[in-house]
Amino acid sequence: MYTLLQPDFRIKRDEERCIRCGVCVRQCAFDVHSVDTDDGSIRSDESKCVACQRCETLCPTRALTLEENYHVANENYNWTGGVLKNIWKQAETGGVLLTGMGNPRPYRIYWDHLVLNASQVTNPSIDPLREPMELRTYLGSKPDSVEVVKENGSLKLKTKLAPQLRLDAPFLFSAMSLGAIGYNVQEAMARAATEMGIYWNTGEGGLHKDLYKYGKNTIVQVASGRFGVYKDYLDAAAAVEIKIGQGAKPGIGGHLPGEKVGDLVSMTRMIPAGTDALSPAPHHDIYSIEDLSQLIYSLKEATEYTKPVSVKIAAVHNVAAIASGIVRAGADIVAIDGIRGGTGAAPTMIRDNVGIPIELAIAAVDQRLRDEGIRNRASILAAGGFRSSADIIKAIALGADAVYLGTAALVAMGCHVCQKCYTGKCNWGIATQDPYLERRLNPDIAAERLSNLIHAWSHEIMEMLGGMGINAIESLRGNRLHLRGVGLSKTELDILGVRHAGAS
Amino acid sequence: MIIDARGVHYRELNERIREAVVGGARELKLTNVVGQRYIGDGLRGDVRIEIDGVAGNDLGAFMDGPTIVVNGNAQDHVANTMNDGKIVVRGDAGDVLGYGMRGGKLFIKGDVGYRIGIHMKSYLSKVPVLVIGGCARDFFGEYMAGGIIVLLGLNSNGRGLVGNYLGTGMHGGTIYLRSCPESYQLGKEVAALDLDDSDCEILSNLVEEFARDLDMDASEILNANFTKIAPVSTRPYGKLYAY
Repeated sequence: MYTLLQPDFRIKRDEERCIRCGVCVRQCAFDVHSVDTDDGSIRSDESKCVACQRCETLCPTRALTLEENYHVANENYNWTGGVLKNIWKQAETGGVLLTGMGNPRPYRIYWDHLVLNASQVTNPSIDPLREPMELRTYLGSKPDSVEVVKENGSLKLKTKLAPQLRLDAPFLFSAMSLGAIGYNVQEAMARAATEMGIYWNTGEGGLHKDLYKYGKNTIVQVASGRFGVYKDYLDAAAAVEIKIGQGAKPGIGGHLPGEKVGDLVSMTRMIPAGTDALSPAPHHDIYSIEDLSQLIYSLKEATEYTKPVSVKIAAVHNVAAIASGIVRAGADIVAIDGIRGGTGAAPTMIRDNVGIPIELAIAAVDQRLRDEGIRNRASILAAGGFRSSADIIKAIALGADAVYLGTAALVAMGCHVCQKCYTGKCNWGIATQDPYLERRLNPDIAAERLSNLIHAWSHEIMEMLGGMGINAIESLRGNRLHLRGVGLSKTELDILGVRHAGAS
Repeated sequence: MIIDARGVHYRELNERIREAVVGGARELKLTNVVGQRYIGDGLRGDVRIEIDGVAGNDLGAFMDGPTIVVNGNAQDHVANTMNDGKIVVRGDAGDVLGYGMRGGKLFIKGDVGYRIGIHMKSYLSKVPVLVIGGCARDFFGEYMAGGIIVLLGLNSNGRGLVGNYLGTGMHGGTIYLRSCPESYQLGKEVAALDLDDSDCEILSNLVEEFARDLDMDASEILNANFTKIAPVSTRPYGKLYAY
């Protein structure tokens, strides 16, 4: 069958600049560029191009330019070029559309309609360059009250606290499994987390033995496939997270294609190389909140109540009631992943149409837990497309305790968001298990890039906090009076629990 | 060492078990167990635990080495994600047994419920084994990625040995049934096959061990027609997507 699909991108090669060095040929795992054996010139098959921009970035003479290929002359508001291409692709293959990364559709990004407060005249702002500023965050269940006793003239805490994760800044690296991403990426996150006093999350693909030494800064995941889950794995970690759902694909499981199951993934997941790693949609031992409670406590028993247990869900319509159930089931942390959350592979229709924005979910969950008097029993971790320190500080003001960074961390390491993670051919050496491609990601440099990002965002948050006259992130948590909405409807403002800008 | 579990909450019971094992106990007997959960959860060590009564949910979850014998029934989720060791239940057991099991053996003398052996897996020499003396219900071996399950259906009295959706999504491992299922019972991803010589050897070894542990007659059990259920592909959903 001949294809109706035209290339998505157009590659322009400036022949005057091109020195025929062949960098582009070697760098492209999609085999876009090739040398013409007749005259030594370099040709490009644009139909294979995914616009990862690896060739464009590495071309020493800047001879290459990528452009979107606007070829559909009859494109209209309903029948866009993208829609037509999807139909052609499916008419030619009969398959489910697959994609990677987070939802690209123009759902309202509430962060861009929320603004922060600052001090003027009547209360002084604080200069973080001169004065101490506290970003330290503890994740875990907090007691309803604390009892303090006086012993030998000094005060001592009598209440026994539940296990806590101590974060020097309110960020964590999101769950991304060995399989979805390469070993070097996990090592970079583990090292950056250790250096910055934060945490990274293994995702559901197990933990390579060589990364056990970063266990103090590691959250390990237990998902429906139970890949790599055993006593050593649980013991190595600082906390255990039960993965119920993911923002990019609420309600469905995961299929790691056999192409990405090489020896390393085979070993950590305990499945034969080349087989698909299938994570069933539900945990088949969890059909209710009571069942969830059972898994939470079986993990607490297995770790002798020394580690917080988190439960990660996708933000869906009933997220507040579900979160309440999760807290009552005994979780120490509720992680919520919004509709813009990323993925290594998800059906496009699911990624683009299922779930709700994280902003609304944070507000709804925080409010529900407060109304029920159980907000202290669990920390709220928010995830799903956080792009900057501003998004993060707004999330904390809405009620999150800390945020997961997935896509932002990958972008920091070189990801260009081409959304082709599921092919395993990531030219940036991130979402691949191909040793040739993986070597492109140097864990030393990637760890430094991550640490730099955390450092920069931490400082920006301190500046914004100081501007509000606040010297500890704890004082901003759930303090929605420091937010105002711009251009939002009454319904949206009500759900967010925020007043419109201009209202006092 | 004997621990009387009457009126003891699971958390305390499991603490006492862990203390005893750390203290060097090799033989433990738990009496008057009435459904306490998580017995042997995450437990390691060279210890044999005998349970009088009904073992509660998640018996031997994440367990890594010990042997547990239940003189009675067990509830749901036995051997959840178990890594190594052995569990023998002399009565019936509930739903979701051996979920995500990675190694070790689970023997149930009687009947079991739904969703048994889901997502069992194996790697190199680590091959989890589940042998069931009685009958099972729907979703048996669903999403199975490795390991061996034997379903004997003894005393089935004309009832079906197993329910529907047998081996749905299965992409690794083997199931041996002491009967031939109807084709409508099979998941789309598996086929019913005849046993070859190596299958027969694996099966007879397992049945002999099972019979020895549960005081049964192996030759009588083996004197029947068995069917092997195996995945037709290691990539059942490889063609689902448009790349």
